[in-house]
Amino acid sequence: MKRVQFEHSPIPYLFIAPQIIIIVIFFLWPAAQAIYQSFLLEDAFGLSSQFVWFRNYTDTIFSDAWLQAAGFTLVFSALVTFLSLALALLLAVKANEVIQGASTYKTLLMWAYAIAPPVAGLMGNLMFNPLIGDLYAFMNTIGFDFDHKLDSVDAGFVVVLISVWKQVSVNFIFFLSGLQGIPKSVTEAATMDCKSSFRRFWTITFPLLAPTTFFLMVINITYAFFETFGIIDTTTQGAPGGATNTLVYKVFQDGFRGADIGGSSAQSVVLMVMVLALTVIQFRFIEKKVHY
Amino acid sequence: MSGVTLNSVRKTYPNGAEAIRGVDMQINSGELIVFVGPSGCGKSTLLRMVAGLESISDGQIKIGDRVINDVSPSERDVAMVFQNYALYPHMSVRGNMSYGLKNRKMPKDEIERRVNEAAAMLKIDQFLDRQPNQLSGGQRQRVAMGRAIVRNPQVFLFDEPLSNLDAKLRVQMRIEIKKLQRRMDVTSIYVTHDQTEAMTLADRLAVINEGRIEQMGAPMELYSDPKTLFVASFIGAPQINLLPVRYDGTQLSNGSLAFTGFADLPQDTDLVLGVRPDMLRHDPEGQFELRVDLVEQHGGENLVYGALLGARDAEGDDLEICLKGPQDLLPEMETVLRLGFDPSAAFVFRKDTGERLL
Ligand SMILES: Nc1ncnc2c1ncn2[C@@H]1O[C@H](COP(=O)(O)OP(=O)(O)OP(=O)(O)O)[C@@H](O)[C@H]1O
Ligand SMILES: [Mg+2]
Repeated sequence: MKRVQFEHSPIPYLFIAPQIIIIVIFFLWPAAQAIYQSFLLEDAFGLSSQFVWFRNYTDTIFSDAWLQAAGFTLVFSALVTFLSLALALLLAVKANEVIQGASTYKTLLMWAYAIAPPVAGLMGNLMFNPLIGDLYAFMNTIGFDFDHKLDSVDAGFVVVLISVWKQVSVNFIFFLSGLQGIPKSVTEAATMDCKSSFRRFWTITFPLLAPTTFFLMVINITYAFFETFGIIDTTTQGAPGGATNTLVYKVFQDGFRGADIGGSSAQSVVLMVMVLALTVIQFRFIEKKVHY
Repeated sequence: MSGVTLNSVRKTYPNGAEAIRGVDMQINSGELIVFVGPSGCGKSTLLRMVAGLESISDGQIKIGDRVINDVSPSERDVAMVFQNYALYPHMSVRGNMSYGLKNRKMPKDEIERRVNEAAAMLKIDQFLDRQPNQLSGGQRQRVAMGRAIVRNPQVFLFDEPLSNLDAKLRVQMRIEIKKLQRRMDVTSIYVTHDQTEAMTLADRLAVINEGRIEQMGAPMELYSDPKTLFVASFIGAPQINLLPVRYDGTQLSNGSLAFTGFADLPQDTDLVLGVRPDMLRHDPEGQFELRVDLVEQHGGENLVYGALLGARDAEGDDLEICLKGPQDLLPEMETVLRLGFDPSAAFVFRKDTGERLL
């Protein structure tokens, strides 16, 4: 049998080279470094290091602090994803029904999209400032004994609120364009087939938005895991007592504040594996349920 | 079953567009009414007002004795077939057909029975478990029909349901729709701008022009007795030949051409003489001549197009007319044919108002 030979031109490789270089420098190299570091134990001054096999892993993962952060991350991500999706969907459905002044309404809702997470965090910090914060005062006026510096639930509330507020606008844009992608005649056919608009939403509109929802869910979970770092760093910084530490924030704290390079590397490797697993699960199981 | 009544119905869109300007209509029970008219005349708007998809700005719409102005679309007991089918893409064919019944809390076995019956009638029973995107255009069209049929409504509404199909399928579906409608005896309104569809389907045709009913009647009545220039020019394919003329007391004239046999017409105004292509005959003793430009052979008959010698149209160009003749009428290009017609079968309209005088 004769093998078919193709002329190989180097040009395609040239075109993808910049992307490959970026991935190698900013992802593969640090990841390799992290894996390497996670097997080492450094002394406090970084002068010597010693190979310790899996001790960094067993030390961190079985520590109460890590388990606490893992627990918080799960609850926090679930809340942020669910709330920001639900809220954005509600706003998008309402905005889609608005006929007059629709574009003003939409523009206003999209503004928050332009705000970077740390800035959102700073703004939230001001609003929850015990001395001048309006929201802080408001929460206490309506009868909560609110103090996010001391109470872990209150602190969690603050970071969830700011993270959701920041993310709603992105989700809103996607949901709105998803809604506008549903053919008008399909909605009209549904109006003639079903009286209840609530039922119509759940039987027609929502299933037709499933691909958008799935996509946004992936985006939002990633956001809650990683991008909320800036929000936490500018508000609670994990306080009180590590109650609002996400796994990512704890990697940063242990590594840069605690100078425990080995431990924090081990944590980031674990985090990498978790995210990989999560992505596989999402695409394997959830996408199957998304119609057409 | 019950009819549909429209009383001085008007529609003004929020942007101020007056789409329907006072329509009165009485549709009898079991009748198939076709709305025809040029694009933008308001056919869809009127249909959608009956469906409940557009609000009624003024007037009243009744189904049977029930005024439905403020009744929600799902409770009007009407079913609609859309031009682009509007199937629910995430539901199977069965799901599409049973959705409306489920929402009406119909017992499961009754839904099952109706869906199977309609599917058998439309020959889509082998597709019941497929998704719409796994069907051809014609099959989707059938599913859309099925979705309307299972509802067993008082009124069927069709908005250009066949215009996305190819010519052959269109004819086939047209015949099927007519048969189905006869069999089910359901009052129906059908919107189209296809001549043939309108003529062949309708019990009565409503010709709509700029939001008003120009004339309503049986297809042949509109063809042979149009009340206005608009109706005469809209109904009939190929289109009626229209000649701008003036009356001088004895004959109609255009340039050097004169047509005798007309009487009792106003002398001081522009008139239009209307002669259908099939009223013209090839006649060696005829009154006028045609220089042949083109012959179209349609199989059973030939259409001969050419310029009428001696006559000018309103812009001063050659006046193109069309003659329908038998298979063997096959003149060479540029030859001159002598033609004649029976003046008593021709129409004469006022040019300014479009009103028919003869
Ligand atoms: N939602 C709307 N808002 C404003 N004006 C509209 C709207 N829908 C239709 N119109 C106007 O109303 C008139 C009638 O429209 P309609 O859709 O009923 O026409 P149609 O006879 O169905 O035409 P076609 O054969 O092209 O479908 C048009 O002049 C159109 O521009
Ligand atoms: Mg239309």
